[in-house]
Amino acid sequence: MKKKHFEQRHLVELFIKTIMRIALIIVASSLGLILWTIISRGLPSLTWDMVTQIPKGGYYMGKEGGILNAIIGSIYLASGGTLIAIILSLPIALYLQAYAQDSKWGDYVRLSLDVLWGIPSIVYGAFGFALMIMLGLRASLIAGIIALALVELPIMTRAMDEVIRRMPKDLEHAALALGSTKFEVALRVVTRQMLPGIITGILLAFGRGIGDAASVLFTAGYTDRIPTSLMNPTASLPLAVFFQLGSPYPEVRERGYAAALILTIIVLFVSFASRWLASRLSKYSVK
Amino acid sequence: MAELNSTFTTTTKDRRTKQDFLASRTFFVLTVFPVLLIVIITVALFLRAQPILSEYPLTDLLLGEIWKPNQGLFGFRPFILGTIWVTTVGVILSVPASILTSIYLAEYAHARTRAIAKPILDLLAAIPPVVYGVWGLLAVVPFVDDVLAPLAEGRLDSISIFSVTQPTGFGILAGGIVLAVMIAPLIISVTFEVLSTVPNDLRHASLGVGATQWQTIRTVVLPQTLPGIIAAVVLGASRALGETIAVLMVVGNVPKVPTSIFDTAYPLPALIANNYGEMMSIPLYDAALLGAALVLLVVILIFNILSTLVLQRMLRRK
Repeated sequence: MKKKHFEQRHLVELFIKTIMRIALIIVASSLGLILWTIISRGLPSLTWDMVTQIPKGGYYMGKEGGILNAIIGSIYLASGGTLIAIILSLPIALYLQAYAQDSKWGDYVRLSLDVLWGIPSIVYGAFGFALMIMLGLRASLIAGIIALALVELPIMTRAMDEVIRRMPKDLEHAALALGSTKFEVALRVVTRQMLPGIITGILLAFGRGIGDAASVLFTAGYTDRIPTSLMNPTASLPLAVFFQLGSPYPEVRERGYAAALILTIIVLFVSFASRWLASRLSKYSVK
Repeated sequence: MAELNSTFTTTTKDRRTKQDFLASRTFFVLTVFPVLLIVIITVALFLRAQPILSEYPLTDLLLGEIWKPNQGLFGFRPFILGTIWVTTVGVILSVPASILTSIYLAEYAHARTRAIAKPILDLLAAIPPVVYGVWGLLAVVPFVDDVLAPLAEGRLDSISIFSVTQPTGFGILAGGIVLAVMIAPLIISVTFEVLSTVPNDLRHASLGVGATQWQTIRTVVLPQTLPGIIAAVVLGASRALGETIAVLMVVGNVPKVPTSIFDTAYPLPALIANNYGEMMSIPLYDAALLGAALVLLVVILIFNILSTLVLQRMLRRK
């Protein structure tokens, strides 16, 4: 009797473990499936023209041209959004760690950042557009940048907050004991020690920004030209994918798959770059 | 705040303490921004939706079945139900695999497996929604059409939520599958974090008296972490509620109340994305769409605040 019980629970153990392994394999292989679909359908229609030229006349009916306007536009939008987000995020994250620590106010700020992080980008887009109507603005690069900055802000700040929290307290205490003010500690010790993590947070937000379609849909608009001023409407890669897929022309849809491949490559590149930079820079941190 | 005051009393001695005081004040003002932003977004959407909220009773809007803006009919019911259907299917498909994966990673996996799994999950989270949409269009829709629908047809017809109603593959099931993959990394990473708050001593105590690992997980780890795991699932659900582009591309977008997972649906975010910015000449249309955004926002805010509060509590204990 005793023996049987023993065997049964070990059987359960084995069974559960197998199911869990299968679950992990399903999750991991979905990445493979997605990448395989995007690569196998996107690569055949990917041409050099696509990444070096802007759409020529009749491009959306399958004629000559490329989507350089969308690639450049996306880089402008995401860089601008990331820049604004950094200007806000870094002080907020430093404040949360250096000054607020575990205070009530710190909790409220973290709560609201987490809540902002959960607000879907379509809501930021609609909010941005409602603001633009009130201010009499048209779809433009600057409106898109602001909408993306709002999307990126909570992601970046929470990522920075998490890494700064992991800083060895001894370092901070040592600097404070030598007579540094909290501001000097934040600026000269924390930002240097935690630079790899801060950069990871920035690139994470940049990657999210460059791939986001719903927030720039109404705010940045779409155009065939490369923007020359902050007030110009601006094309973006996710929308280039989205619009080309909606085309009745098969050639244009094929190019949409290629545009999706370009976007995927950029996002994966950013992701790998942040990993590489973080491990590279962590050499200069005190262990 | 007490800290600020104490800085203030000892201030003006020299440049550096002054600088510190100024910085702490400036930084503090910046921290007000995120808190304020939530309020501003909610109020702005409410004000813009006000015209339609004052014109029609709320129940008419939320429960109204017919959406014909040019005739002044703004029934959100098909869209709200469409959102609920797609989200529910996505969550049901995602939760078992996600939770099992995170338990495996937290409790069983070698450091080496974890080191491989983490970048995979990061990449899965990094893939843009529109790329998920392309994948849905190229792989999931045909899969539903060629494999799942024929499989259900004839066998599950008697169950109305599985009856195959239209032959395209676009619909709730396709949207749900795409969402399931999209929210998996979030549910997995939050659950993993929650599981790692359980002190190892507790596990060792349980294993020490002869329990198997699964018995330990079932009787020691899971009961303690259940609220956090539920919060992780709620976070995933709220992410799914607001997902726009990827769902929009595969769900069919027909404003009709769905009755089966093979039906098409038209979720709220898709409604906003497809129509906002155009046809502003129709009276109240703009207000109706921002009203839709407001409904979405309020539900997501509630979900997010509740789950974040639970998680803040649990993760603090660490």
